[in-house]
Amino acid sequence: MGYEYIGITVLWLFLYGYLIVASIDFGAGFFAYYAKITKKDHIINQLISRYLSPVWEVTNVFFVFFFVGIVGFFPDSAYYYGQALLIPGSIAIVLLAIRGSFYAFENYGFKNNHLYMFLYGATGLLIPASLSTTLTISEGGFIEETANGVTLLYGELFTSPYSWSVVFLAIVSVLYISSMFLTYYANRANDHSALALVRKYALFWSSPTIIASMTTFIALSQHNPEHFQKAIDLWWMFGLSVAFFMIALFLVYVGKYYGWAFIAVMFQFFFAFFGYGASHLPYILQPYITISSGVTNETMAITLITVFIAGLLLLVPSLILLMRLFLFDAEYVKGKK
Amino acid sequence: MFFEDSVMMSRLLTSLTLIFHVIFATVGVGIPIMISIAEFIGIKKNDRHLQLLARRWTRGMTVTIAVGVVTGTAIGLQLSLLWPNFMRLAGNVIALPLFMEVFAFFFEAIFLGIYLYTWDRFKKPIYHWFLSIPIIIGSTLSAFFITTVNSFMNTPRGFEMDGGNVTNINPLEAMFNPATPTKVFHVVASAYLTSAAILATIAAIIILFRKGSEYHTKALKLTVTATFIFAIMTAIAGDLSAKFLAEHQPEKLAAGEWHFETEVGADLILFGSLNEENEVENAIRIPKALSFLAYGDFNAEVEGLNETPADEQPPLWIHYMFDLMVSIGFYMLGISALYLLFWKVKKWNEENKWLLWAIAAGGPLSMLAIEFGWIFAEEGRQPWILRGIMTVAEGATTSDHVGLMFILFIGLYTVLGAGCLVVLRKMFKDHPAEAEFESRYPEAAATKEVDE
Repeated sequence: MGYEYIGITVLWLFLYGYLIVASIDFGAGFFAYYAKITKKDHIINQLISRYLSPVWEVTNVFFVFFFVGIVGFFPDSAYYYGQALLIPGSIAIVLLAIRGSFYAFENYGFKNNHLYMFLYGATGLLIPASLSTTLTISEGGFIEETANGVTLLYGELFTSPYSWSVVFLAIVSVLYISSMFLTYYANRANDHSALALVRKYALFWSSPTIIASMTTFIALSQHNPEHFQKAIDLWWMFGLSVAFFMIALFLVYVGKYYGWAFIAVMFQFFFAFFGYGASHLPYILQPYITISSGVTNETMAITLITVFIAGLLLLVPSLILLMRLFLFDAEYVKGKK
Repeated sequence: MFFEDSVMMSRLLTSLTLIFHVIFATVGVGIPIMISIAEFIGIKKNDRHLQLLARRWTRGMTVTIAVGVVTGTAIGLQLSLLWPNFMRLAGNVIALPLFMEVFAFFFEAIFLGIYLYTWDRFKKPIYHWFLSIPIIIGSTLSAFFITTVNSFMNTPRGFEMDGGNVTNINPLEAMFNPATPTKVFHVVASAYLTSAAILATIAAIIILFRKGSEYHTKALKLTVTATFIFAIMTAIAGDLSAKFLAEHQPEKLAAGEWHFETEVGADLILFGSLNEENEVENAIRIPKALSFLAYGDFNAEVEGLNETPADEQPPLWIHYMFDLMVSIGFYMLGISALYLLFWKVKKWNEENKWLLWAIAAGGPLSMLAIEFGWIFAEEGRQPWILRGIMTVAEGATTSDHVGLMFILFIGLYTVLGAGCLVVLRKMFKDHPAEAEFESRYPEAAATKEVDE
């Protein structure tokens, strides 16, 4: 296996990590706001804020890791994606900036301010929508390269069924992953009223998730038949994903083993995400960048992989420490610390 | 019009983001060390005031860190969005420190989260203090890594150009290029200095307007002492930086000093103006001082700007940026030394009104010096984005909509800046230090009253 495969696997793992932790965060922001306008905030907002307070910055770093890493491993992607994504990228920055800073403002200065809560909730849905544009254009057909540089074809993007199905999938997945996690977390905290509420959210958002996945597949077969065919060849990965979805849904439905249910959710997205990623190869951006044409020089690749391993050895213990102190410390979760 | 000029607008948008981000980056690097010092002395001397000081600074820092994180994310993405050609080339050589910067930040963020929520969770307070060490390491390493990237833009090393392609790459040589040592030292020392000065400003203003208490007097003593030490460090770093420029980037020094002809025993020109023939007028001249600044020798030869081809010369207005930065640096050194003198001489009152005002001005002035310094550093590299290899015009995006994005980001930074000020004000105004001291340490507050 060439180092370009190691590089893309590592990056994809980070993006997967971001997908999970950011979805929890984005969805939680939406649920917190939704609970406020439906006057149920007293039931769940304490729970949400106890989870979010210590981890919000860590979430953002997963994302930064991914885009710094992809420019490092595949410098060509800076050229093509950089030029094409000026507007969607800038909008995503603005939304991320508003979300991150207003979270801190609300949390440390203005508790339960309505405007802040609204911004926090709204950006939670808009950010996944704007970031998912990147995955859409990677399928090809939305970018034009001329002598003057690279331009994004907005007309194509806004009229493409594939593009909208990806946006829809991104939003419902966020709500699904987040409500599944909150169900587990509420159960862990022995908070029965919160559990009843978030469990209802989780069950509600499960069917749109599976419908959106199917719609995206159909739209992909129209937009990029070649990629669709490669995805079909990897049918077992998507099959496993659906199987884990059923397990998660079943466990939450019967109201048992919420921890295992969330792990099943993680596997569901792991197989779907890696199935998608593997069938996308060799392209990073169709038809301009493949992992072998766009990869950096060997020296840099090896150095980056080395540093990456060294960094993980440092970070994983620190992350475990953070999680033991907050996420999985039963006393802390219950609000006694 | 320049609004449609994507190169010009890319430069303006990058400056806008950096000018805003550097405020938060600077305090993000410097305040952790101040917090750590306050907590350590507070624990060792069993001084509740200093422990409270550390707590309150940390709380304020969480807000500035948040803005620093989101604007840092912005500049990280804008590097690719606005300078795609540059990143395509430079990514091959300098990706390593960019990547490691994220690790350093990740490390810092994890421990900041732990530090923030564990004040009372340890039996021995010193264990909590230990958690401040990885925060300092993480934040200072972030500054180190990102500064090496900027150094690389000034003195690119560690690769060869073969037509349009880069070959023979050595990532470590690129990272440890000639500009790295002095630039990192200068950036880190000045960030420490500015953070101490800003905290001193806060203490001085409260003493001036609200009389203050023992708590604020202790805060002032600690912060001004730190300002003095960091000002000396910064002065040394600045001197070394000038010597680096003389050797490796003479056109930047020459433009900054309005030094046109190569000569021995070159004069140092302070402020002044240029007439139509590019002759210096109204300036203060210090004989032979530029030679001394550049080489530590009053008779050394200093290369003039005329040695550089006209189309590769930086703009001349950066002279003012350099002079303002240096003047503020010396002001900080002087004013903190004066305070220490007044403090040590028993008969003099170090909290007299004039001195407090002078200290209060120090924080904003230091931050301005950081901005002037960066403007000098970046404009002084023009027309290059990668000195000698790629110009900013070659590096920029060709997208048409940069002007529009510029307006969008002005809006964003206005909202973030205003929000940050409002929240910080509310956080501390609603909870004055004295009230928090009494509620947090009732026993210490009670004995105090008996003593008095």
